[in-house]
Order: sequence, then C-alpha cells, then structure tokens
Amino acid sequence: MAVQPAPHPAVNYSTRVDEISPRARTLNGVRAVIVLLIALVMLIPVAWMTLTAFKSRPDAVAVPPKVLFEPTLEGFVSLLTSRRQLTTQQIEEYSQRTDLNWADLIALSRGQAITGPSNYPQRLANSLIIAGVSTIFSVALGLLSAYSFSRFNIPGAGDLLFFILSTRMLPPVVVTIPVFLMYRAIGIYDTHLGMIILYTVFNLSFSVWLLKGFLDEIPREYEEAAMVDGYTRLQAFVKIVLPQSLTGIAATTVFCLIFAWNEYAFALMLTADRARTAPPSIPSVLGTGGIEWAAIAAGSLGFLIPVVIVTFALRKYLLRGVTFGAIRQ
Amino acid sequence: MLKHEAQAPPAPAARPANRRQISDRTLSQLFIWPTLILLIIINIFPLFYSLFLSFTNYSAIANRPPEWIGFTNFDRLLNSSDIWGYFSLTGRYALISVGLQTVIGFGLALLLRKKFRGSGIVTTLILIPMMLSPVVVGLFWKLMFNPAYGIFNYLVGFTNPVTAPDWLASPSLALWAIIIVDVWMWSPFVMLLCLSGLSAIPDYLYEAAAIDRASAWFQFRRITLPQVAPLLLIAVLFRTIEAFKAFDLVMGLTGGGPGNATQMISVEIYSQAFLGQFRTGRASALAYIVLVIIIAVSNVYIRTLNKVREG
Repeated sequence: MAVQPAPHPAVNYSTRVDEISPRARTLNGVRAVIVLLIALVMLIPVAWMTLTAFKSRPDAVAVPPKVLFEPTLEGFVSLLTSRRQLTTQQIEEYSQRTDLNWADLIALSRGQAITGPSNYPQRLANSLIIAGVSTIFSVALGLLSAYSFSRFNIPGAGDLLFFILSTRMLPPVVVTIPVFLMYRAIGIYDTHLGMIILYTVFNLSFSVWLLKGFLDEIPREYEEAAMVDGYTRLQAFVKIVLPQSLTGIAATTVFCLIFAWNEYAFALMLTADRARTAPPSIPSVLGTGGIEWAAIAAGSLGFLIPVVIVTFALRKYLLRGVTFGAIRQ
Repeated sequence: MLKHEAQAPPAPAARPANRRQISDRTLSQLFIWPTLILLIIINIFPLFYSLFLSFTNYSAIANRPPEWIGFTNFDRLLNSSDIWGYFSLTGRYALISVGLQTVIGFGLALLLRKKFRGSGIVTTLILIPMMLSPVVVGLFWKLMFNPAYGIFNYLVGFTNPVTAPDWLASPSLALWAIIIVDVWMWSPFVMLLCLSGLSAIPDYLYEAAAIDRASAWFQFRRITLPQVAPLLLIAVLFRTIEAFKAFDLVMGLTGGGPGNATQMISVEIYSQAFLGQFRTGRASALAYIVLVIIIAVSNVYIRTLNKVREG
C-alpha cells in the first residue's frame, strides 16, 4: 500500500457558485437537522441504559416502560454488593439499628442485608490491569517494530507485514483452544499474565500497521540530520521520532484500549475467577428470581464511561487514526 | 545512503558509517523480534496445534492423550446438515448485516461530509455504540427487545404488549433482532472510514463537474463513488470478517436460541469446545473450516480492492 500525503484538513471555504445559493444553504440546514435526528435515534439505547441504571427493580420492568421515575441507586448497590434475604423478623430488627449507611438502607428497603462487596469491583480492577498493561505493551512493541519496518530495509517486509495482519483474521475460537491447553500446561490459565500476553499479541498486529502508517509520514531527513550531528540511531529515535509520532501513538492507544477493555470471548474461555475481567461478569449479575436489569445497566454504564472519556479526549486522533495511516488516499 | 555523502572526508568516515550500518541492523532485529516471537507463540503455534487436534478425538477435560482419527471429524462435520445450516445462517447474517451497515454508514458519511456547527461532536456521539462491549450491548438490547417491558416495541409502534412481537423468542425474528443490533453498533464504523475517504476527495473534481453542469447523480456516480470505493471496501472487508466471527453479540442476545435459530458458526464452535462433551478435536476441525472460508472470502475482497485501486 503506497503511502500518500495526508489529506488537507477539510477546507470549507468553498467558492463554488452552486454552494452559496440560498437553496443550497437551506439544503445544508435540512441536512444538519436530519443528521441530528439520526444521532438522537442512535443514542436512544445508550440513554435508556443510563435511565435504567437509576431505576428501582419494579420500575426497570414496568409495563409500559417508564420514562419518568424516581431515581435510586439500587442498581449500583446490587452490582457492587452481595446480599442475603432477611426474614420479616430480621427486617424489623434491622430497622431499629442506627449504624446503617445509605447502601444498607437501600438493601433493607428490599428486605436484604449487605453481607460484603460483590466480586464485580475485583473484576473491574482485573479489567483495568489487563487492558491497561496490555495496551502499553502492544503500543510499545508495535512502535519498535513499526519503526523498523518504516526505516530499515527488511527482507520480505511485505510478507512479514501481511503475516502480522493475518493473525487478526483468525476467529478467536481457533486460537483459544490451543492457547487454553498451552496456558493450562504452563500454569498461566486464569492469570493476569496470561491475559496480558494474549491481548498484547492481538493488538500488536493492529498497532504495527497503524503506527507504521504514521511513522512513514515523518520525514526521515529529520533523523538523518540529527545523526549527522552526532546522535546515534537510538538517540535520534527517542529524541526526534518519538515526539513527532505522538498523534499516532494516541490513536493506536485508543483502539487497543477499546479492544482490550471490551474483549469477551477470550476472557470467557481463558479465565475462571482470579483473572476474570468485567465483560464476561456483567451478564452473570443475576439476582434471586429474575434478572437485575438495573444492576446490569449500572455495570454497563460504569464500564462505558472510561472509554467514552478517553475517546472524547483523543477524538481528533481517532478520526485520523481509523484510516490505518497507510491506507489514506 | 545520504549520510555517507554527508561526511566530508571519505576515508575516516568509512569506519563509523560501517559500524552504524551494523548497529542499524542489530537495532532493527532487536525492534522486530519481540513482536514476531510473541506472534509466533500465541498465533502460529496454536494454529498448527489446532490443525493437529482437528485430526484427533481429543477432549480437553478427558484424561487421555489425543488419538489420531484421520478425517473423521471433517467427515462428520461436512456431512452434518446442522453444520451447513449454521453456515448458511452465518452467511445470511453477514450478507444482510454488512449490506445494511454499508448503506447506512455511507449515507451518514455523505450527510456528515460537509461540516456544520457541532458536526464534530455529533460525529463522535454517533460513534458511541462502537465503543460498547458487544456482550454488554447484546445483553442490554435483550431488555429493550422484551415484549412486555422492553422499549423497542414501543419505539417501533407496537404499543400493545399482548400483540407485540417477541423478537428474541421467535425463531423467524431472532436473527433480525441480532441484525438490528449489529447494524446499530457498527454502521458508525463504516461511516468513520467513509468519512475519511470522502474528506480526501479533491474539491476541484466537483468544481469541474459543476462547470460542466453535471447532475448530482452523475457527480455521485462518477466522482464520489469511485473515489471512496477503496476505503468503503476496506470497511466492508473488516465487517465481513467480523460478521463471520460473530460471537459476543449473539451470546449476549440469544445464546444461539431460540432452539438453534441463531446458532452462528462461532457459537457452535464454542458449544462444541467448551460445553457438554468438550469435543476439542471436532471444534478445532470446525474452526479450521471457518478459517479457510474467511481466508477465501478475504482474498476475493482484497483482489477486488486492488482492482478498484488500480482501475
């Protein structure tokens, strides 16, 4: 794939006659309204999720669905604690007590007593560690390989690059069975280390391709000039190339993070309890007698927010990065 | 090569330059090998090992070594009408779902193409579905699809819970339910790729067309479409590969049910390998069949893509 210069950032000061006529302007306004409507429709499920997270159990399954309701943190309490059902007598005893905090009171209102934290915080911590560390590794290793592919004459570079990309085409299940057996044999099944290695590798292919595209765009004259001035190759890489490729690094980080954070299939099949991440746990937040939709919504919402924040913060890199650098036309 | 010439006296420069060459090579090896080794351990080894397993009757929970049974697994799988049913289901799903995503994503990109106030924020907001974990999406849409208290039926106009369709429990609708969710989630991805393709089309092409009084349709067909085609095809390629691998969303929404109505091929591999009898060998064989299909399909796409690029 030939590398071509980046497109000029959208220039919108058009001088075209067909675009400044009143009719064109009206059409433009209509277009904006249509886009806004579509965006609103597409966000309904996300909005519904947010609402559900703050609903009480009866409100979550009310017929017809309730848009207006009294917000409660019941869902969050169900998500984060484990509780036991109280008898009528115990409820009365509990009601007398004065040492109850707000979470206990919410549980009590449903006739339950909090017995301790649920395993969800632990799973969320697992997600943070595994997604965070694997993202750092895949971006770091990807950057080094991408630099080599971009700057040095590597025999068979094209084939190697295709090989690296093709690893992404495998259905997870093809890889999981042998990896499962391998991990079990060497004792890293259901460990953080095992999941970090796996996610690192799965993001590596992507990260090499993406970063190579960005590095290709940095003129090599910069480093060459630095090396003429007495820098070693490594110094030039650290002091010249690295600062210039921050955009690419940011874009790659977002993509790797989204993948590792949300991954489900591997986590389901290669972890049991110790290293289980949040995505396979959210479906298992089941209550006694029926699904706790509020708890599920609360878990999903809490799980979405970090990604949205990171994505919004880095959104201009994301928009640029998705073209895979090299495929920009 | 430039740096050789840059050093003025050729004779003394020869040694350092030479040393730098060697260190460059060492450096590039150092930079590349960690990646390759990891890929080989985690991807290539499993690939060959599962090829081996696919010719055995191995079960991951049984306490016996894999026993070579030749082509029995492949024979059983390829002669099972169930498996063909799952394949055609997955194919139908991929075709409809990716088709709709392409149309909607491309349409959205055309609408968002010219900036207006706030269009950057709107674009990012449209991307939110893509950032969700597919299994969470599946699970949550399960609530929305519920015939009694789900909001989906109300939104599309079935306000009577008694007569409203039960999307996930009906064998004929369950596949469509998954398609709806997949389209909702991934149209933004197609949109994003198309947007970057559109933004790279030089303005002068349209100016020339406007001067020639070319119709909007002509401009679309002769300028927009060919120019955006390479990125559009890449989006379609990625989505098709993903659709063939559909797993998370299906597990969250239906788990393959009702009955076998949404038993996509990945779900089938999972059930063979990790549920019931843990038929690791047979699951590996099935996984291999899927892999061959994905590679074949991707190759067709990549050829088309290259043709579009060159032509």
